[in-house]
Amino acid sequence: MLYALKIATRYLTASKAQTALLVLGVAVGVFIFIFMSALIGGLAEFILSRTVGDISHVTITAEDRDPAILISPDGMILAVIERGRARTATLAEAATFVPLIETVPGVIAVSPQITGAGFLTRGAQVAQVSVTGLEPGRESAILNLDGYMTQGSARLGAGLIVLGETLADDLSLRLGQTLRLQSSSGVSAVLTLSGIYSTGNGMIDASSTYVSLSTARTLFALPQGVTRIEIKLADLNAADATALRIRALTGLDAVPWTDGAEQLMEALNAQAQTGYFLKSFALITIVIGVASALLLSTYRRRPEIGIMRAMGAGRGFVIFVFVTQGALIGLMGGLSGAALGYLALLPFPSRDAFEVGTLPMDITQGSYGLAITLTVIGAILASILPARAAARVDPVTAIGQ
Amino acid sequence: MTALLEVSDLVKTFGTGEAETRVLRGLSLTLDVGEMAALLGPSGSGKSTLLTILGTLMKPTSGRHAMLGQDLVAANDRALTEFRNLHIGFVFQFHNLLPDFTALENVVFPTAVRIGRETPAALQRGRELLTRMGLEARIDFPSANLSGGQKQRVAVARALMNRPELVLADEPTGNLDRASAMQVMDLIAEINRDEGTTFLISTHDEKIAGLCRRQIVVGDGVVTG
Ligand SMILES: Nc1ncnc2c1ncn2[C@@H]1O[C@H](COP(=O)(O)OP(=O)(O)OP(=O)(O)O)[C@@H](O)[C@H]1O
Ligand SMILES: [Mg+2]
Repeated sequence: MLYALKIATRYLTASKAQTALLVLGVAVGVFIFIFMSALIGGLAEFILSRTVGDISHVTITAEDRDPAILISPDGMILAVIERGRARTATLAEAATFVPLIETVPGVIAVSPQITGAGFLTRGAQVAQVSVTGLEPGRESAILNLDGYMTQGSARLGAGLIVLGETLADDLSLRLGQTLRLQSSSGVSAVLTLSGIYSTGNGMIDASSTYVSLSTARTLFALPQGVTRIEIKLADLNAADATALRIRALTGLDAVPWTDGAEQLMEALNAQAQTGYFLKSFALITIVIGVASALLLSTYRRRPEIGIMRAMGAGRGFVIFVFVTQGALIGLMGGLSGAALGYLALLPFPSRDAFEVGTLPMDITQGSYGLAITLTVIGAILASILPARAAARVDPVTAIGQ
Repeated sequence: MTALLEVSDLVKTFGTGEAETRVLRGLSLTLDVGEMAALLGPSGSGKSTLLTILGTLMKPTSGRHAMLGQDLVAANDRALTEFRNLHIGFVFQFHNLLPDFTALENVVFPTAVRIGRETPAALQRGRELLTRMGLEARIDFPSANLSGGQKQRVAVARALMNRPELVLADEPTGNLDRASAMQVMDLIAEINRDEGTTFLISTHDEKIAGLCRRQIVVGDGVVTG
């Protein structure tokens, strides 16, 4: 109905200020919709990258073997081999698994590690620390150590140790100093402090230390194998599926990060729900705004509607004229709101560079197409009531002869 | 003469119970093709009501109404809308034109709304009609900016757009000064003479009525003369 479109456009352009205001109102609603989408999306991204970005997405830990029990034929327990205080459980064949895991789609980094606990001594001061032995060259595979360095280098080598700023402050350590690290296995090593990092994570900054895999081997008396394999994925959300795959492939107990992260998932879910709620309100506001403006317009144009009906315009034609106005307003408001939203999001840092203290707006999660589509649909729905009112106008009373 | 339209025993009441008003009380009337008739009667006698029923914009409470051999009492809204579009033209006293459209756009409306767009042929006919009404200088004028007399001439042009058999005019000159009124009536008379279009014009003005060949007087809800 080209002609109805012409009349609808003319009605909209006839009262430019009014139409502009209406479109602006719709645009503001769309703007809020897009802003909320970008904020909720960005926030989720931010929270995930903060909490999960630096941790392993799929982790394989050595299974602690149950103590072996020697049972006599008559059911008496003859002997129990007590699990030693020292860690003996290892992923003995780790070396063969690493290249295999690396071939799994979605895996971007694999880090075989030896982890344990120990005491760090500097003069009279002692601190209890966790020790992670990393493969030189893969120091930043999981936790981006390199990116968090404040002094020295993350590069691990024989006789070197890297630790957090809080710990360094606690023990008044400076780069280049030598420290004594005694492992829980009772092995001691003298190490040179070669790097200090600050991750912003209190635990890691205060009690984690990193040494090379070979240093850890000595410390924990583990001539071969590792105690833990950490795996990083391209897509956080693929952790469950990828863990299953790795389990099937290697037979090892690969655990996705989502295990035990129910609270985080719930929080993110609640946040998304809040987003839907607010976005729905933005849409409802648009619908009410368009409906009331068009209803007013049908009332104001009653005489004209009467004339059109008298001249042979059917009810369908009248409905089309008003629904088209609604659709046009929705389209214009949707497009300008989306453009406005995009422009407003431009100054925010990109998702890779979110900073603490600023809103983590993600311009790529503005849902622009969805916002425009829903707005046009909403505006069309909003115009149905006024359009029907217009179609019911009685030409006789409207013309008022 | 062949009959164009026929109404008989038309009754129209408004309201119910205490508030019931019987406006038409069994009115009968026949209009022949090519007639130019004035509709006279005191204020409130039911002239507008009759024109509205004849124009299929309202149905009578009872009675018969037929035009061009079609029973219009039984027809539904869709059929009446199409019938109106093709066979009846209107000129009202007020609120005649669509204010946001030009004179030409107003004139071609009845054709465009039927076809779905403003065809070159329709625009051509619209220009000719406006020229004939002495409005060639106002063809693309916004209709809101036209004078009262000019508006009524545009309305006459529009009423003729689809070459209807019948044009109903309810006090078309009621708002105009004597000169403008005469100009409009002259144009109507000319169309009636040249094209045989039937006109029924309600008026309070004896002079205007005198320009018509037939005078129909309504009183007490029936035709009295
Ligand atoms: N919709 C309506 N509801 C109730 N009464 C109505 C309605 N329309 C018209 N009437 C009444 O019908 C009567 C006839 O009105 P109508 O407009 O037909 O008179 P008229 O002859 O055109 O008068 P005028 O010369 O003043 O235009 C009046 O008494 C009027 O009040
Ligand atoms: Mg009247």
